[in-house]
Amino acid sequence: MIELKNIRKSFGDKEILKDVSANMEPGKTNLIIGASGSGKTVLMKCMVGLMKVDSGTVLYNGQDFTAMDDHEKKPIRQEIGMLFQGSALFDSMTVEQNIMFPLDMFSSMSYRERRKRMQECLDRVELKDANKKFPAEISGGMKKRVGIARAIVLNPKYLFVDEPNSGLDPQTSLIIDKLIKDITVEYNITTVVNTHDMNTVMESGDHIIYMHQGKKQWEGSNEDIIFSEDKLLNDFIFASEFFQDIKEMRKLEMFRDKNWRAKQAGGGNK
Amino acid sequence: MEFRFFYHFGRYLLMLKGMFSRPENMRMYWKEFMKQCVDIGLGSLGIVVIISLFLGAVTTVQTAYQLVSGFIPKSTIAQVVRDTLILELAPTMVCIVLGGVVGSKIASELGNMRISEQIDAQEIMGINTKAYLIGPKILAALVTIPGLVVIAAFLGIFGGLEAGKMSGIISHEEFMQGLRQSFDGYNVFFALSKAYTYSFIISSIPAYYGYNVTGGALEIGRASTTAVVVSCVLILFADYALAALLL
Repeated sequence: MIELKNIRKSFGDKEILKDVSANMEPGKTNLIIGASGSGKTVLMKCMVGLMKVDSGTVLYNGQDFTAMDDHEKKPIRQEIGMLFQGSALFDSMTVEQNIMFPLDMFSSMSYRERRKRMQECLDRVELKDANKKFPAEISGGMKKRVGIARAIVLNPKYLFVDEPNSGLDPQTSLIIDKLIKDITVEYNITTVVNTHDMNTVMESGDHIIYMHQGKKQWEGSNEDIIFSEDKLLNDFIFASEFFQDIKEMRKLEMFRDKNWRAKQAGGGNK
Repeated sequence: MEFRFFYHFGRYLLMLKGMFSRPENMRMYWKEFMKQCVDIGLGSLGIVVIISLFLGAVTTVQTAYQLVSGFIPKSTIAQVVRDTLILELAPTMVCIVLGGVVGSKIASELGNMRISEQIDAQEIMGINTKAYLIGPKILAALVTIPGLVVIAAFLGIFGGLEAGKMSGIISHEEFMQGLRQSFDGYNVFFALSKAYTYSFIISSIPAYYGYNVTGGALEIGRASTTAVVVSCVLILFADYALAALLL
C-alpha cells in the first residue's frame, strides 16, 4: 500500500502539486489521469523519489519514504519496478542484458539462475526471438514489453508505469494494458499507472485519481466514472462524442445488468 | 550568457562527494571500470599515436631551423625535442586533444542517458548513479591517460628522430647522444603530475555537464561543447599553475 499525505511541490513560484492525498491499493491498477500539465508526472516522480516533495509524506507500507536519506531508501527502491514513457532501456545492452541488469546488480543468484529468471520474465511478456537484439533494433511495443520484463524481474511490490500507451497503435496498447493488469493481479503488486488514454481508463482502472491543475479533483473506479457528475472530469473523459456515446451505452448496460441481477435475486428468493 | 561560477562549482563538488558510497555490487563496478578503460584508453590510442609522431617530427625540424649558430652542437636538437615533449607537448597537447575526444564522449553519453531517463531508471533500482556511472570513468581516465602520455612522449621522440634522419638534419647517432645529455628524471615526475591532473579534469568536468543535462538533443550538444571548452581552459590554467608550483 502506498499512502500520499498532503503532497505539495512547487517549481519557483509555480505550485504544481497542491495538497494531494491518496491511497494506492495493492493488487489493483491505480490510475492517475489528467490533462497535460496537471501534475501527474510530477506526482509519480515524487512517489518514486526522483523529485523531493516540498511538504507532505509518501508512505510505503507505513514507512515514511520522504524522510529517508538515499541509503535508507535503497531497500524500498529495490521493491520498485518502473516502466518509463520511452521505456528507458540501456542502449548499449541487448534485450537480455537489460533484463538481467537488476539481477546482476542486486541478486545473489548464480549465473544459470539469473538467466532462467530472465527467460521467465521474457516469456511472461510474450517476447520471443529478441534476446540478442539491441533496443534500437526492436519496435516501440517490444520496448515496452522489455521494460515491463525488466521492471518485474526482481519481483517488485510496487510497479510504476508512466504513459504506457504513448506512441503505440491501439491494438498494441490494449495488449500492454492487459499485460500490466494481469501482472498486477498475478503478483499482487501495487501498480500506479500514469495515463490519459481513455481505453486504459475504461478497461484497467480499478482505482482512478483525476488530477486537475495540481489538485486531486476526483477519485473512484471505472464504473463510478460513468455516473460521475463532476463537470471537470466529464469534460476531460468524455470530451469527444464517441466517448459520450460509450458512456451512455455503458450506463444502459449497467442498468440492464443491475435489473437482471435484481430479478434473478428476487426469483431466487421466491 | 550568465555564468554562475559558484553555483556550478558547488554542484560539481557535491557530484564528486556523491560518488563516494559503498558499491552495490563490486563485480559490476569492476566490469564498468574495465569497459571504460577500453573506451577511454584503447579508444584514444590511435589519435595519440598520430599526434605524438607529428609533434615530435615538427619539433625537430623547427628546432633545427632556429639553431643557426655553428657553435651549438646538433645533439642539442634532440635534447630540446626530448625536454619539450616530456615537459609540455606530450602531457598538455595530448590531453587537450583527449579533452575533445574523451570529454565529448563522456558528456554526450551521460547526457543521452539523462534525457532518455536511463539514469532515472537506475536511480529507481537503488543504484548510486554518480558512483556507478561517473566513478569508473574518472578512475579509468586516471589509469589510462597517464599511460597514453608516456606512450606519446616515447613516440614523439621517435617521430623526431625519424624526421631528423629523413630530412638530413641530424644523424641517428647525434640524436641518441643528445637524448642522453643532461637528462633530469624530475621532468618525468612533472609530466606525470600534469597527466594525472589533466586526466581528472577531462573526465570529471564532462561528466558533470553530461550528468546534469536537462532538455533534449540540442542541450546534449551544448553540454558537450561547454564541457570540452571548460576542460581545455582548465587544462591551460592547470598547466601554468603546475609549472609555477613545481618548476
